[in-house]
Amino acid sequence: MTQDDLTIADPKMKAHGVNVFYGEKQAINDVSIDVGTDLVTAFIGPSGCGKSTFLRSLNRMNDTVASAKVTGQIELDGEDIYAPSMDVVQLRARVGMVFQKPNPFPKSIYDNVGYGPRIHGLAPNKADLDVIVERALVRAGLWDEVKDRLAESGTALSGGQQQRLCIARAIAVDPEVILMDEPCSALDPIATAKIEELIHELRGKYAIVIVTHNMQQAARVSQRTAFFHLGTLVEYGKTTDIFTNPKQERTKDYITGRYG
Amino acid sequence: MTFNAAALLLLIAGLALIGWLAGRARSNLLAGRAGAKLHSRPQYHGWYVALWLFAPAALFLAVWSSVSPALITNQVLATEAAQSLPSFGFERGAILSDARAVAQGKQADVRLPAAAPLVKPYADASHKYAWIGIAAMLALALAGGLYAFTRIKPDFRARTRVEKIVMLVLLLASLVAILTTFGIVLSLLFESIRFFRLVSPAELLFGTEWAPTSGAPQPDTFGGIPLFWGTILIGAIIAMIVAIPIGMMTAVYLTQYAAPTVRKWVKPLLEILAGVPTVVYGYFAALTVAPALREFAVMLGIPNASTESALAAGIVMGVMIIPFVSSMADDSINAVPQAMRDGSLALGATPNETIRQVLIPAALPGVMGGILLAVSRAIGETMIVVMAAGLSANMTANPFASVTTVTAQIVKLLTGDQEFDSAKTLAAFALGLVLFIVTLLLNIVALRIVKRYREAYE
Repeated sequence: MTQDDLTIADPKMKAHGVNVFYGEKQAINDVSIDVGTDLVTAFIGPSGCGKSTFLRSLNRMNDTVASAKVTGQIELDGEDIYAPSMDVVQLRARVGMVFQKPNPFPKSIYDNVGYGPRIHGLAPNKADLDVIVERALVRAGLWDEVKDRLAESGTALSGGQQQRLCIARAIAVDPEVILMDEPCSALDPIATAKIEELIHELRGKYAIVIVTHNMQQAARVSQRTAFFHLGTLVEYGKTTDIFTNPKQERTKDYITGRYG
Repeated sequence: MTFNAAALLLLIAGLALIGWLAGRARSNLLAGRAGAKLHSRPQYHGWYVALWLFAPAALFLAVWSSVSPALITNQVLATEAAQSLPSFGFERGAILSDARAVAQGKQADVRLPAAAPLVKPYADASHKYAWIGIAAMLALALAGGLYAFTRIKPDFRARTRVEKIVMLVLLLASLVAILTTFGIVLSLLFESIRFFRLVSPAELLFGTEWAPTSGAPQPDTFGGIPLFWGTILIGAIIAMIVAIPIGMMTAVYLTQYAAPTVRKWVKPLLEILAGVPTVVYGYFAALTVAPALREFAVMLGIPNASTESALAAGIVMGVMIIPFVSSMADDSINAVPQAMRDGSLALGATPNETIRQVLIPAALPGVMGGILLAVSRAIGETMIVVMAAGLSANMTANPFASVTTVTAQIVKLLTGDQEFDSAKTLAAFALGLVLFIVTLLLNIVALRIVKRYREAYE
């Protein structure tokens, strides 16, 4: 299967007929989408269209909101993630997340990255943990910048470095999917370019879903794009098709800048 | 005619009301006549006139009320009838106040015969000064009112002036608390200096023998260490061993686990606990906890277990402090950004791991500040230790034994009949000063920590 093939033979995650409610209000209406294993999938759409809400239902982060309710089917490797037998702790270890604003813990750089492996018991001893931390930081493209000051606080890094630290933190638990919720919206253009470069490098190792309201970013980093509007999925397809030849009028209006 | 300050205050308040109405009416009238727009709304002109009318007159009233009795007495003393008074002392004062009471109509007749000739001069003098005071006050009120009244013009900035006056009043109000604190410190300081003339500060701070038994054959000793130790044992050790874990767990439950409805009920209940008068805790400690603990200690075979144990006072004090610690910890945990919690949960951490490894470490500076404030409250707490901790100055680490605290000793030193300048009485002030300084330092450090922590997340 090439990355330009629209059919996804072996999807990592499958969502079918998903609705999300916050109390009485319906935020997501009947969304079905497949996330490919080796692909970067971008969710685009105007503010409030539900793209972040949908992303947060993929690793059940909506559970932390008391009024949120999810119906429909979401599967990870064919397993229903909302089934009672699903352990949400294990699910989140397999489906990692990077947030809009960098949120390193007020701990050392080393402990930030080591946090996940420690709580999941991935490193039996210090030497193993050293290896995991180094590998995650290398993959996140941060190792050269921080290798001499691993004991310093993660919060002392610059915004872009903090966000790469958060990516390293997510990678360290060895997830299968990484969800990114507007990871560059709090960063300057140079830091943004570094994150985008990093996303390119991570493709193939992890299934990546990125929410962005920067259409150029979606065009640059993704192979599949889903356009959300008012809680519904308007169009989903190859990124090149969505941006050059959208089938829906609403998609065309949005990407040409009529609204949003 | 006597000088009745309350009635006069009412009078000028009434005048101020008239001034308010007049000022408002005049501004309206002027604006209507000139066809101009007022800079300030009419009621500001009213307030401007009213304040100018009221404030100087009220100030004068306050000053005059305190000055005029002395003026009256001076005039009475200048009369011939006063020349036969005894020259000094208690008797002279008694005769004068007797005459004053009759002159002001508080008494039907004199009790001391010598006061009788003074009644008339007193009445005359009171009468005279009352009229002077009232006239001056009214003159001031009218002058102020007229001054303000004549300044009213459509473009007069009455609002700005009124705002400035209001600000001044608020400033004065806030100064009251600060000046009172200064007054307290000064009075403590003066009495302490008198004490330190008799006993050296080094003895108080480092001496290990506390025996302020005035009148005993051997000299009194004022070594404060046993008191400081008792205070620390009860307030900073036992009370905190109780309050910190329970308060923290309460805060964690309320912020992380409790359903909104539970939180809605439990938080106010905790605040009620914080509002229970400390004397009630004292009863509880002395009558319920202390005997129970003593029996428990006897059962364990612990020597010199007392019904006035450090443990009883400390435990009850800890319970008293729980709401304080939990509400500070609650605030600190809530101040940790939601993003921190989400970040941890998204890595597959359980809520418990998230709290222990991310939230509490992140909230720790704030929690520490809260604990220091709690310690400072605990060591200054008086009623519980007076009722439950006992008065024998022991230096022991046995929590079942009786110890005493700084506050309990202050109460003991100051109660009962004794001359006010003995070292024993003055020692209370010196202890108070030490306590004040220690709690002040604790509060400063704690508030700094809390402030810096708040800034870190803003």
